[in-house]
Amino acid sequence: MQSVNAIRFLLGDQPQTLSNPPPTMTVLEYLRKTEHMTGTKEGCAEGDCGACTVVLGRSAYGKIQYRAVNSCIMFVPFLHGQQLITVEHLKTSDGELHAVQLAMVEEHGSQCGFCTPGFIMSMFAMYHNQCPTDRQSIDNALAGNLCRCTGYAPIVRACRKALKSATGDQFDRRESETLGSLSALDACSSVEINANGQKYFAPRTTDDLAHILESHPESRIVAGATDVGLWVTKQRRYLETVVYTGAVESLIRIDIEDGYIRIGSAVTISDAMAVLAQHYDSLDELFIRYGSDQIRNLATLGGNVANGSPIGDSLPALVALDARLLITSAQNTRTVAAEDFFIDYGKQDLTPGEFLERIDVPLPQERQIFRIFKISKRFHQDISAVCGAFSVTVRANRVQAARVCYGGMAATPLRARNCETALIGNSLEPKGIEQVRKALDLDFAPITDFRGSSQYRSAVAAGLLERFAHELRSGERISLWQVQHA
Amino acid sequence: MLDCVPDKELTRTVRHPLPHDSAVRHVTGEAYYVDDIPEPRDLLHVWAALSPHACARIVSADLQAVSQSPGVVGVFDVNSIPGVNDCSPTIGDDPVFAQSRVEFAGQVLFAVAAETEQQARDACRQARFEYELEKPVLTINDALNRESYVLPASTIRKGDPEEAIEHAVNRVTGTLECGGQDHFYLEGQAAMVVPREGGDFLIYSSTQHPSEVQDLVAKVLDKPLNAIQVEVRRMGGGFGGKETQAAQWACIAAVVANSTGRPAKLRLDRDIDMLATGKRHDFRFEYDVGFDDSGRIQGLKVDMASRCGYSADLSRPINDRALLHLDNAYYLDNVTATTRLCRTNTVSNTAFRGFGAPQGMLCIERIIDEIACYLKKDPLQIRRLNYYGKQTRNITPYGMRMTGFEIRSLTSELVESSDYRSRRSAIRRANRECPRICHGIALTPVKFGISFTTTHFNQAHALVHVYTDGSIHLNHGGTEMGQGLFIKVAQVVAEEFSVPLSTVKITETNTSRVPNTSATAASSGSDVNGKAAQDAALKIKKRLCEVAAKKWNTRPDAVQFMRGRVVAGGNSASFPEIVRLAQVSRVPLSATGHYRTPKIIWDRSKMRGRPFFYFGTGAAVSEVAVDRLTGEYRLCRVDILHDVGKSLNPAVDMGQIEGGFVQGAGWLTSEELWWDDKGNLQTHAPSTYKIPTIGDVPEEFNVQIWDRGINQENTIYRSKAVGEPPLMLAISVYSAICDAVSSLSDYQVWPNLDAPATPERVLMAINDIKNGGNAQ
Repeated sequence: MQSVNAIRFLLGDQPQTLSNPPPTMTVLEYLRKTEHMTGTKEGCAEGDCGACTVVLGRSAYGKIQYRAVNSCIMFVPFLHGQQLITVEHLKTSDGELHAVQLAMVEEHGSQCGFCTPGFIMSMFAMYHNQCPTDRQSIDNALAGNLCRCTGYAPIVRACRKALKSATGDQFDRRESETLGSLSALDACSSVEINANGQKYFAPRTTDDLAHILESHPESRIVAGATDVGLWVTKQRRYLETVVYTGAVESLIRIDIEDGYIRIGSAVTISDAMAVLAQHYDSLDELFIRYGSDQIRNLATLGGNVANGSPIGDSLPALVALDARLLITSAQNTRTVAAEDFFIDYGKQDLTPGEFLERIDVPLPQERQIFRIFKISKRFHQDISAVCGAFSVTVRANRVQAARVCYGGMAATPLRARNCETALIGNSLEPKGIEQVRKALDLDFAPITDFRGSSQYRSAVAAGLLERFAHELRSGERISLWQVQHA
Repeated sequence: MLDCVPDKELTRTVRHPLPHDSAVRHVTGEAYYVDDIPEPRDLLHVWAALSPHACARIVSADLQAVSQSPGVVGVFDVNSIPGVNDCSPTIGDDPVFAQSRVEFAGQVLFAVAAETEQQARDACRQARFEYELEKPVLTINDALNRESYVLPASTIRKGDPEEAIEHAVNRVTGTLECGGQDHFYLEGQAAMVVPREGGDFLIYSSTQHPSEVQDLVAKVLDKPLNAIQVEVRRMGGGFGGKETQAAQWACIAAVVANSTGRPAKLRLDRDIDMLATGKRHDFRFEYDVGFDDSGRIQGLKVDMASRCGYSADLSRPINDRALLHLDNAYYLDNVTATTRLCRTNTVSNTAFRGFGAPQGMLCIERIIDEIACYLKKDPLQIRRLNYYGKQTRNITPYGMRMTGFEIRSLTSELVESSDYRSRRSAIRRANRECPRICHGIALTPVKFGISFTTTHFNQAHALVHVYTDGSIHLNHGGTEMGQGLFIKVAQVVAEEFSVPLSTVKITETNTSRVPNTSATAASSGSDVNGKAAQDAALKIKKRLCEVAAKKWNTRPDAVQFMRGRVVAGGNSASFPEIVRLAQVSRVPLSATGHYRTPKIIWDRSKMRGRPFFYFGTGAAVSEVAVDRLTGEYRLCRVDILHDVGKSLNPAVDMGQIEGGFVQGAGWLTSEELWWDDKGNLQTHAPSTYKIPTIGDVPEEFNVQIWDRGINQENTIYRSKAVGEPPLMLAISVYSAICDAVSSLSDYQVWPNLDAPATPERVLMAINDIKNGGNAQ
């Protein structure tokens, strides 16, 4: 396979070439330490505060697609073939402020100013993505940017003002030129970096990926690095070999065929959840509570699965929906049911040399009802205390089949077998559900930690079951997040 | 009789909603914070190693592998300090580096200086310490049981509360706990120290208190104050967390610079910042209140205890302020309250916006709600009944007479504008159906005392230069942390000279230009620095009047400054012309200014006097929706009416009100500091410590500056301090959650809900009520 050892990208509109850059250097570190561009800030180094937000531009269907991402946990080689835009790039060449900058000044959207560059970049992405100005859309796009001073009210005002007055900016006017510059980067070949012994591979095909993993069993596979990035920034772990799957064409595809939604393992959460929520509308709310826009734009469904966190947001859904995982190595391809993949805490059914290629989620069946509820301390951008997914088939007001999976209740996402058994034949009336609740009590013995006590988790698990039954009985979906004031 | 300038005579700056002085630099990324300052040649990067144990004796420390780690230039510990190993702001009990023992998990053991930050960081992990573990004191209850205190208890007393409670018709007792709060300023603590010739040092520090950093560094290095210059252009947020907590990092970087002769920078990452620096005090209250059938409080007794952490820091004045705000807006005839200052093996708690007052006020608001529930009345009725009176019932428990306290009329306006009554009825009606999602509503007031209770802190200095082109250079001792102090003070100076604001250069705070400053804290920034800058400006103005009068052969008091010009009778000259004339007339164009807050007298030993110049006032109505199956809740609507006197800058003040409220809501809802049973804080980054996001702020967030607000005292342009008071408006959120939960008992029981009211605590309170517990 033909590969290059340099990554090429646009910094603003300037082409940059970095030969054999350190594979786990973060984009934030590169900006601040190498380029001395200090407008982008470090607030947390874990992708949770948004002060480091930058925007990536990439060529898609003859346009440039702009996405806000966290630069603090993104590795520099991922920039290959993309445009990196920071707060320093937004003024016009004659020094005029961008519409989002001007609105933030006029509406008093900054106080201490430290979070402001991150907000500006998130708003810049919203500006280019024609983000609607209703409050929910604004919240979903900006919940990954923490501000401790303003109480957000002036930021909402500024955001609306800028979005309503959006008439195009210099990035729109330069679009075709930028598309030309991006294609001139010639970033189509695979990448192979060796920086003082630390190696990085970005193959383009699954065959190449399989062979790299075979010859480098020490490899750490990354796609969005929204978790692995923290191993580097927080735990200071040294990763000898990093293999990036985001450049493999077939891994970033979504196909609907043979009764399945087939999602490549490197498809981002943003793309995957949008398609899944079209078929399972209950995933809507989970989607907006999943990380932040910046995280969803980098994180992948495959990463969420392969990582196997007991509180991984998508996992209870995949288990309850009986998703299938396609696992590939240089020798072999096999299929595993999602529920069998999670063996124990931190232990998945994946051996060195193997990679998760695809997640196949069955399309909804007739009479199937699916609901998923996530509970956390904070609505946006928090990790679940408990997440419950319920998939049942109902006939003649009785449950015929049931798959129930909870996250946050055990060392892995786990089916509630007793609960499922008790559900069969149940009418979901209050009396009947009481029996199911008792059965559910037998399913789990959750732990206590800072996300919730054992007692609380059990109480919430029961509460979610009750909510599910209530929604089925009443036919209404009442979300706390939509209720109006009196 | 008011002596302020009537509004119509004001020209162009004061009272205008001007943007923050750095707004354009904020949005373009051009505003420098300490870590953004171009790095000097040979800069060393410093990292601090923290204790993993809460309470232990250090048996041995092996730092050899640390010294030999790549890029390391030096390892620094208690033996590297030429002066004293202390950075305490008060009683000398905060070691810079641990010596022989550790007192909390997160205490600094040693520091490493290396060529890069990553090298310093990696080297820290090579240390080998042996400890002999001791049993830590972790909670308030632990400390009370073991009588572990940092300082003696304080008591405030008025009347005969025991007798009054005994004879009251009704009596309620209860307990309440409220958690602490991390400041979570977006910019972590940072300092860069640059050696100068002759053994002097220039220190860039992200601090609210440059003079204290100067003082503590001088002591650590054993140097006179005049060898240390501290500069701060801006902080990326402070909230009290950079009042005393900034010093240690400057001290460590100074030790490195002093011993290596090279510049040194120490920037805490988020985890170290949250593990090693102090937070808001958690408190525990036990109360016993007697009241009559109308709900009027007759006697109140409160035992308070706060978790101070391992050292005193500012815990004394913070606990004092908690006592002094236990009354909030209510007249208490017979009251006694004692606060115990618990010493625990946790990080030393410190100043945080409100400084003890939020905790004291939360307690009385909870008591009022309980009285209302007991009597089956609207809590608002009980609040109004107990409000301070104008002519009678107007003496605080510490003997200060309340004058010009307008909480009654402010409340009435808010009740109308928020439609409180009909919304409350609608909520009660809807809740009767016992829906899955129930609602709650509450109105709570705020009365917050303005002035440091340590009287001598209530002073400020300024230095104003006018240059010969008419441009003005403004210096004062206040620091900018986002609160808009710099623009407000600049507005005052531009107003005095009647020149455009652009004429006034706002400069960084520097201890060599304005010395011996107080912390920018206690909401006092614009009050005291505005007056000091005005004083300096008036001195120069007086001289310019004399110059102009001489030129035009008229009296100095006939000279006026109007719209960039100096005029007298028919004569007129531009401001720069008169300035140049002064220069050639050998009249000085530079002046210092000083201000000391008048009227305040405080006898701490008796807890009596007038500790406050005046009070900040406001009120808020919050409505919440609570899911009774999961304990999750949402803030649906907020209405705020807040008194800022006559605002210096309404845009800045609005920002303080909105921001303070949301920060307070975070304290009482989602922000939970969670320590494990060994004393390790497990929530030390935003992935685990949840401050409000944009989604937690309701669409209906109606904030009004009270248009009838005025300061009866002669403050700068009759404005009122606004930094801290709005935080406590968020107590309405906590009260509203309690109200919603209470609906599940058909309002027969007030829930035993501690703060922060996380979904977990709310669900547990709901289940308590469902199980019939908790009844009064």
